[in-house]
Amino acid sequence: MISVKKLNLSVGEFALQNVSFEVPTRSYCALMGKTGCGKTTILEAVCGLRNVDSGSIILMSREVTSLPPAERGIGFVPQDGALFSSMTVEENLGFSLAVRNRPKGVVAERVKELAELLGISSLLQRRIQGLSGGEKQRVALGRALAFEPGILCLDEPLSALDDDTKTGLVDLLARVREETGVTTLHITHSLQEARSLCDMLLVMEDGQVRELPVEGEA
Amino acid sequence: MSQPDVTSRRSDAAKAGSPGGSISRWLGNSGFLVALILVGSFYVIMLLAMLAADLTWTAPGDFIKALSSEEIQYSIRLSLMSCTVAAILSVWVAVPIGYLMSRFNFFGKGFVDAILDIPIVLPPLVVGLSLLVLFSTTAGVWVEEQFKAVFGTGITYQIPSVVLAQFMVACAFAVRTMRTTFDQISVRQEDVALTLGCSRFQAFWRVTLPEARNGLITALTLAWARSLGEFGPILVFSGATRMKTEVLPTTVHLELTTGDLEAAVAVSLLMVVCAVGVLYAIRHFGSDRAMGRVI
Repeated sequence: MISVKKLNLSVGEFALQNVSFEVPTRSYCALMGKTGCGKTTILEAVCGLRNVDSGSIILMSREVTSLPPAERGIGFVPQDGALFSSMTVEENLGFSLAVRNRPKGVVAERVKELAELLGISSLLQRRIQGLSGGEKQRVALGRALAFEPGILCLDEPLSALDDDTKTGLVDLLARVREETGVTTLHITHSLQEARSLCDMLLVMEDGQVRELPVEGEA
Repeated sequence: MSQPDVTSRRSDAAKAGSPGGSISRWLGNSGFLVALILVGSFYVIMLLAMLAADLTWTAPGDFIKALSSEEIQYSIRLSLMSCTVAAILSVWVAVPIGYLMSRFNFFGKGFVDAILDIPIVLPPLVVGLSLLVLFSTTAGVWVEEQFKAVFGTGITYQIPSVVLAQFMVACAFAVRTMRTTFDQISVRQEDVALTLGCSRFQAFWRVTLPEARNGLITALTLAWARSLGEFGPILVFSGATRMKTEVLPTTVHLELTTGDLEAAVAVSLLMVVCAVGVLYAIRHFGSDRAMGRVI
């Protein structure tokens, strides 16, 4: 569950005030809104990458507002993937487990499992440079899921992809959701993308978040 | 519509599509490249001419005589050692400073930024003089006494002063390089590393520093090369004592002052060979191919 209550935060001249919303456990929620309205800022605040002035963030029934990102248990996929270019695909996927000092065998097994789920087994020894946009997003998704987070935050993961690749990744996200049941907050500009994946739709407008029906007019 | 009007309009259209005619087009394309090559060639030819002049001024015998000299052998050893230590220290200090200046805003950042550039803009002799004055103060004398108690040697006019003088200038260049390097590395990667379970240090060590590898090699190269060429600060702070604080630039100075131009030029060319050899080695062994990285 993701619960944001009366969140106030400012980034330079930009400010968000009294933002509140809730995403139930195991829900797949799309967050939409105009460019520059603060969607990414909210997502970053939930992930712990932005300081908040006041308000609270509760994840999986835990108050995490003052906790660092590492302790929030969130898998984060930024818009450009932000893969670690000094590492191979395999090292990217296993990164979160290596940080947690898991045994190499355990890491290798989990990486293999993720690679099969995401269809990137043939890419494990490749370096990041030279991967296509779709391949990079698959690796970014796998990296975020490796440590089995309770929450997944996706910042426009499909925006830079062509339609065919996008369709493939939408199917993949649906499969991930089905197999892992992870609570997901997915920022998107595409209503079609939102409707094909989510069971909850939030819209950010004038600094406030409101829920809209998934079917019908937005 | 009459034929002459159409012809006239086509001619006007052709002129409108290619402003200034063919000469202007040539100047804008090929002429531009020729100008770039001429300006660049002038500088490259000057460099080659200087090296050629040095080569023709010396004979193989001058090299052998220089290399056989005990003082010059000492000077070569001290230069290689001190430059290496100064370069490593420079990078060691430049990485945290460059990272701080790149990633954080703090009170007085602009002032610190200006201070860090001082060794670059100050005349080298002034850097050496300032070091000499610093170690003449009460605090400086105390530091030197503690250093001597630990390491068995003082600083001023001793070997450590050579390393310190080289470091004070070389580090400024290394800091600039590392700051630019970290500026070019996306903060996003560190953000993701934090969400994946890293502390700030772990994100820096596991993600940012490997990304900065090429910048580190550049900073090390620059610091080493700068250290090799330092003369002014060393002359003032370390002196020019043979078999003690004499480095290769000091040797050139001493040979010139005694009128032995051939020896001075021979040693200068030795410096060129040393520098090219070490810099090539750093770049080669630090390259992606050397590290077995295949994309």
